[in-house]
Amino acid sequence: MILVLAYSAVLLSFFSGLLGLMMHQRRHIMLFSQYWFKKFPSGNERCQSVIAACLEAKRFPVLLRRAVFVLLGLSGVFAVLAGLSVLIGKETLTDQLSLGLPWLPWHVRFDCLSGFFFLIVGIAVSAVSLYGPGYVNSYKESQHPFAILSLFTGLFVAGMLLVLLADDAFFFMIAWELMSVASYFLVAFQHENPANRRAAFLYLLMAEVGALAIILGFGVLASFSDGFTFDALRESHLSTTWASIAFMLALLGFGMKAGIVPVHVWLPEAHPVAPSHISALMSGVMLKVALYGLIRFCFDLIGEVQWQWGVVLLILGTISALGGILYAMMQPNLKRLLAYSSVENIGIIFMVLGLSMIFMANGHPQLAALGFLAVLLHAFNHALFKNLLFLGAGMIHHQTHELNIDMMGGLIKKMPKTSVLFLIGCMSISSLPLFNGFVSEWLAFQTALQVDVLNNGVLRSLIPVAAAALALTAALAAACFVKVFGLIFLGQPRSHHCEKAHEVQDKGMLAGPALLAGLCFLFGIFPGPVISLINGVAGQLLGETLPNDAALGWLWLAPVSTGQASYAPPLVLIGALIAGCISFWYLRRNPATALRRAETWDCGFGGVTSRMQYSSSAFTMPFRRIFAKVWIIDEQIDKDMQGAMNQDVAAVHYHLQIHDHSWPRLYEPIERAVNNTAKLVGRIQTGNIRVYLGYSFVTLIIMLWVIS
Amino acid sequence: MNWLIAVLQITLFVLLAPLLAGWVKWCKCYLQNRKAPSLFQPYRDLIKLTHKQPVVAEQASWLFILAPYIIFSATVLAATVVPLIAVDLPTSASADVIVMVGFFAFARFFLALAGLDVGTAFGGMGSSREMTISSLAEPAMLMAIFTLTMTASTTNLSFAITHVLNEGLVLRPSFVFALAALILVAVAETGRIPVDNPATHLELTMIHEAMILEYSGRHLALIEWASQLKLMLYGVLIANIFFPWGIAETFSIQALGYGLLAIIGKLALLAIFLAIAETLVAKMRLFRVQEYLSFAYLLGLLGLLSHIILEASR
Repeated sequence: MILVLAYSAVLLSFFSGLLGLMMHQRRHIMLFSQYWFKKFPSGNERCQSVIAACLEAKRFPVLLRRAVFVLLGLSGVFAVLAGLSVLIGKETLTDQLSLGLPWLPWHVRFDCLSGFFFLIVGIAVSAVSLYGPGYVNSYKESQHPFAILSLFTGLFVAGMLLVLLADDAFFFMIAWELMSVASYFLVAFQHENPANRRAAFLYLLMAEVGALAIILGFGVLASFSDGFTFDALRESHLSTTWASIAFMLALLGFGMKAGIVPVHVWLPEAHPVAPSHISALMSGVMLKVALYGLIRFCFDLIGEVQWQWGVVLLILGTISALGGILYAMMQPNLKRLLAYSSVENIGIIFMVLGLSMIFMANGHPQLAALGFLAVLLHAFNHALFKNLLFLGAGMIHHQTHELNIDMMGGLIKKMPKTSVLFLIGCMSISSLPLFNGFVSEWLAFQTALQVDVLNNGVLRSLIPVAAAALALTAALAAACFVKVFGLIFLGQPRSHHCEKAHEVQDKGMLAGPALLAGLCFLFGIFPGPVISLINGVAGQLLGETLPNDAALGWLWLAPVSTGQASYAPPLVLIGALIAGCISFWYLRRNPATALRRAETWDCGFGGVTSRMQYSSSAFTMPFRRIFAKVWIIDEQIDKDMQGAMNQDVAAVHYHLQIHDHSWPRLYEPIERAVNNTAKLVGRIQTGNIRVYLGYSFVTLIIMLWVIS
Repeated sequence: MNWLIAVLQITLFVLLAPLLAGWVKWCKCYLQNRKAPSLFQPYRDLIKLTHKQPVVAEQASWLFILAPYIIFSATVLAATVVPLIAVDLPTSASADVIVMVGFFAFARFFLALAGLDVGTAFGGMGSSREMTISSLAEPAMLMAIFTLTMTASTTNLSFAITHVLNEGLVLRPSFVFALAALILVAVAETGRIPVDNPATHLELTMIHEAMILEYSGRHLALIEWASQLKLMLYGVLIANIFFPWGIAETFSIQALGYGLLAIIGKLALLAIFLAIAETLVAKMRLFRVQEYLSFAYLLGLLGLLSHIILEASR
């Protein structure tokens, strides 16, 4: 029954993709329906008229679009239902589909871990399908055909769900490739722009290199076992060296998809150019699928984790978290900024996953379960708020045709509803209390603080350093999102577009983000239900759950024991409301002190203009100075001179470009090496047929010699 | 009963905060050979401000008007976590020290947004600087606090203080480092000299004042009160974590009275040190603050490492 739910989620997303293809087949459908009614005239009149009305030239595209997104939304709802029911039942379901290779049918397995990620995918897809119809309206059919967008969106979602269901390496890779390739076409959707084509190619390249690494990883496991099913891979006994090689390959492959430093470079290129609801899915969900792959590979398939792997993850995660947020801060493009912030959050997740591995390998499964809880909870939370922020960015872009933060401002008055939703997203991602981001970060700190139980001195001093980096990351994230919200929504409009902007009209476009914002707040106040679900996952995968503080109930969060740490968000919320209401009521009771509006203080010079406000580069200037070594900063100030002897400054031009270190340090050398090798190889290609015949002859001789 | 004491403690916190600010100002005036205002001057200022009509800039949105209430509430909530006169109160279990730091972040988030809301250069400047300084100070503070929480193996402040009380007077190198780090952070976070000058209105140097330049009337009163509360919070944190003796462990009237006297004494002493430091030290350039705060961060980290390497029970 649960599997039926899961299958129907996959099929529905698939069908939604296929349905989109009908966009240009209106005439054929009309002919078919006429033929049908002629053949079976028993169909009543109303039915005929309804279908005829639906097929009207004007209404047909609108209805079809709706239908596509309804199917997609249903797929999301089914995914949520399937995930929830398997999580509540704590079951493991297996099945075989007679598809694929003749000797290797597709093995399907649906357990708590898959179920949890189904939940993440389902929520995100539901929100996106509410949002989608309004958003895609802005695309012109002639330039950006809806059929392509919907087909690949459907395939993309189906691919992600299938990855979660796969139970053999072969099926896993097919689903993985379906996901990667479908998302490539989505990134390349607006391909008229050369930069977009470049970004899409970079994405495809890195996705394929990553896939290769994953295949090799599976290959290492498979060579020690007798088959490609995950059951067989689980049984394999690897030496530590081979297990570590498999782990490194998996880390490279899944890490490339997840976007950890230094293999993160496709994220800031690909996310800004994809349509917003797609970048929401890619950033919010696809990165999590990669995380799922890594967890499945390490904790389930390899089984015995080593603490050294944990250290690797911890260090990579720390670098990604700090690097991600520092780069995010410098981006003037909103979607690029969000992409870098995904790098940061994935870094935090990997960091805590590393902690969990370290505890697991050192024989503290309960603390490993705590870390694991923090990992999955943060993945869940990040999916919610990053989705929300990307959808919000889409709304802003839709209304203002602007993605450059320096060109926005004052939108809080023009787009009040959007601004509230976006503010909730910003507060969640800055991990402020009462919102969901804080809960997972709190759990991460609690995990890191348990370091005292370890015996290894190096680890015991390394983990607090990582915790310090985590604290710095959180603080920088808050600064970054103050900048984002402050410059976009507050102050005065910095461009004509923003002055003319107005609130989003489409209800669905508001409903999708509102759903996510509501969940962000709800799970910030009542994280208990999600945590108990994740506890089931940890129980199934690690064989250990958290000690159950049943005595404290749903109100409290006390992961280790009440004596160590506790957090009761509902009580805190009540306290905040009381304090806020008392001060609000007490201070406003006197009618004589009602508000008075007056001009903004302009130091007596008159005329505060929007150009006087702080811009993105001005806001981050202190950070740029403090952490100068982190970026490659290209700053230029040009002055236009005029007047006698060219001594008066007419205008000043300021250019600021921030570049990523990983390009000149890592990718350009690789690029050069590949080109040089190609040149070397090119030398043997003389273009002369006699030489090629000579090669064949020599090869033949050598082969004969080898055989004999 | 416990809840009653908890409410009493929060009320004390909120009511005593302006007094501490007045005392600091009094000490400073005395040290600088100036005539000091009355100790109760901050109360008079607050009352005066609440009776004035607030003027709000035309540019300002609802966020600007709501922010003072949010800032004040968040700071009060942070105060509920910190034991003032007694440990083991029910409010201290509902949130731990990480949540307290979170509340400071919450208040700061809105303060910085309010600074950006009016769309002047001053507001942006203040917000940018405040977020820079706090994003360096917050981790340093967490490091110092983690030293304590790892020693006591709890992040609950009340339990941690009980732990320190039970251990008695032991000189721990980690605590010395943590104390130094926390003091440095406290100075930075409460906007005192040498990081920020609470008395200045000079464009190029102000941080906190730049953000709240557009506030007036009751809004200004709330923000001022919140920052006085923050000063007191840091003071109590330093006093009660590192020198917890005197705090009430039982809820008898006598113990509570002693607790109150003890904390007033400790805070008065700390305020004198603060006044001396503010008189002796000159304000730093903005871009020297990073060095100052990295030093605090380093001290915090050293404290943590010395706990792990030297003191942990193995």
